[in-house]
Amino acid sequence: MSSDVTTGSTPIKRGLAEMLRGGVIMDVVTPDQARVAEDAGACAVMALERVPADIRRDGGVARMSDPEMIEGIQAAVTIPVMAKARIGHFVEAQILQSLGVDFIDESEVLTPADESHHIDKHSFTTPFVCGATNLGEALRRISEGAAMIRSKGEAGTGNIVEAVRHLRSILGDIRRIGQADSAEIYDWAKRLQAPLPLVREIAESGRLPVPLFCAGGIATPADAAMAMQLGAEAVFVGSGIFKSDDPAPRARAIVEATTHFGDPSILAKVSRALGAPMTGIGMDAVTERYSDRGW
Amino acid sequence: MGVAPPRPTVGVLALQGAFSNHLSVLAELGVVGRAVRRPDDLEGIDALILPGGESTTMSMLLDSSELRAPLTDLLDRDLPVLGTCAGLILLSSRVDDGRDDQRGFGRLDLRTARNAYGRQNESFESRVELADGRSIPGIFIRAPRIVEVGPEVEVLGALDGVPVLIRQGNAIGCAFHPELTGDATVHRLLIDRIGRSLTTVSDASQED
Repeated sequence: MSSDVTTGSTPIKRGLAEMLRGGVIMDVVTPDQARVAEDAGACAVMALERVPADIRRDGGVARMSDPEMIEGIQAAVTIPVMAKARIGHFVEAQILQSLGVDFIDESEVLTPADESHHIDKHSFTTPFVCGATNLGEALRRISEGAAMIRSKGEAGTGNIVEAVRHLRSILGDIRRIGQADSAEIYDWAKRLQAPLPLVREIAESGRLPVPLFCAGGIATPADAAMAMQLGAEAVFVGSGIFKSDDPAPRARAIVEATTHFGDPSILAKVSRALGAPMTGIGMDAVTERYSDRGW
Repeated sequence: MGVAPPRPTVGVLALQGAFSNHLSVLAELGVVGRAVRRPDDLEGIDALILPGGESTTMSMLLDSSELRAPLTDLLDRDLPVLGTCAGLILLSSRVDDGRDDQRGFGRLDLRTARNAYGRQNESFESRVELADGRSIPGIFIRAPRIVEVGPEVEVLGALDGVPVLIRQGNAIGCAFHPELTGDATVHRLLIDRIGRSLTTVSDASQED
């Protein structure tokens, strides 16, 4: 192209995150599942070898998916395709970028590769999404270059309680910072262990500088709508769809619930006769908390 | 700005995508913006924006939200409309690489190719040359490419000779994202159309 063209800039990375708002990003492990997800109205898919519920069951080290498997899913659908790299594993991220995935999830669901450093995401053209349990964590990831933040929740449990905790923590602190005076902003930055300019930006705008999505434990249309009513701007559904009895109608119902999150009559309509959701597990039975991974 | 009525109302299709960004631009322009999710939300709007997002998702939700028929009716009555990115695809008469079940409104006599500029790594920023000699910032995200325009279509902006901003009557199509750049030129083009179609639109809203 002859015009002066820029790729990989912050507005372009954050721009794709903006386009995914109000949508549902679904975990898929095969091209067939990817097509089911696209047919159901998913705005993107996350290509991975095992959904979190299976990673939890199998144990061992969870790594980036086989490139061949990711390419199979890229070929199957026209919507954006995301894939996961281990926390700090910048080479897995380089590989995913070379495959042309549309978003890289630096994910706590995989086994971390670095115990103190996350990936320097500014050095990539591909945008990154990262999980967060609180506002400080979210701002540290944004300062490293994340173009989207999602709650960590507790992946693979089918239990929304941790995602709710994380959303309430992040959004509650954003509201409280909005009330802070100029001296208190310094204290907030110190307590959150977050860069002062980002804390200032939040105090002025009243929101994160990147979209905030919900992930970790969504299993029903009502879960998705609750996340949206709490202030999430879109939802990730991992095990919740393809670990349920009848994935296609459930996927579609969650898409409709995410759009019409504030309309209980529509939520009642789409929640009917979906078959059994994934069984799920209580937090007391969770032996390893993925949400503790990340620094 | 050439806005004829005081505080016109512009609906923004809010099924999925960057609808809130468009609502922010409208607020800055002093226009009432309204998120459209249900047929009732269309009542009394003076213009409509179809935002960027995923066109396959929006197409499915247009049906399940019972919006396709009333929207088709409003667009057939020449309601001023702006489609950006996925919204441009929904307005195009022909779409390459669309899904069989993906149906649009055919309001613009165009052939567009989905994701024809490439995947996200090929998404880019570039100035867009306007027909009047000015240029505005453009952000192209997995953008559709306009590959053919019909005789009634006026090219308002281009990038390296390829149309990226076009108008046909009251319908405006845009391959990029004017809601992300802070430049409201494209939104003003839509608002300018409102005065010109007042009769048509008020007739339509009286019948609803």
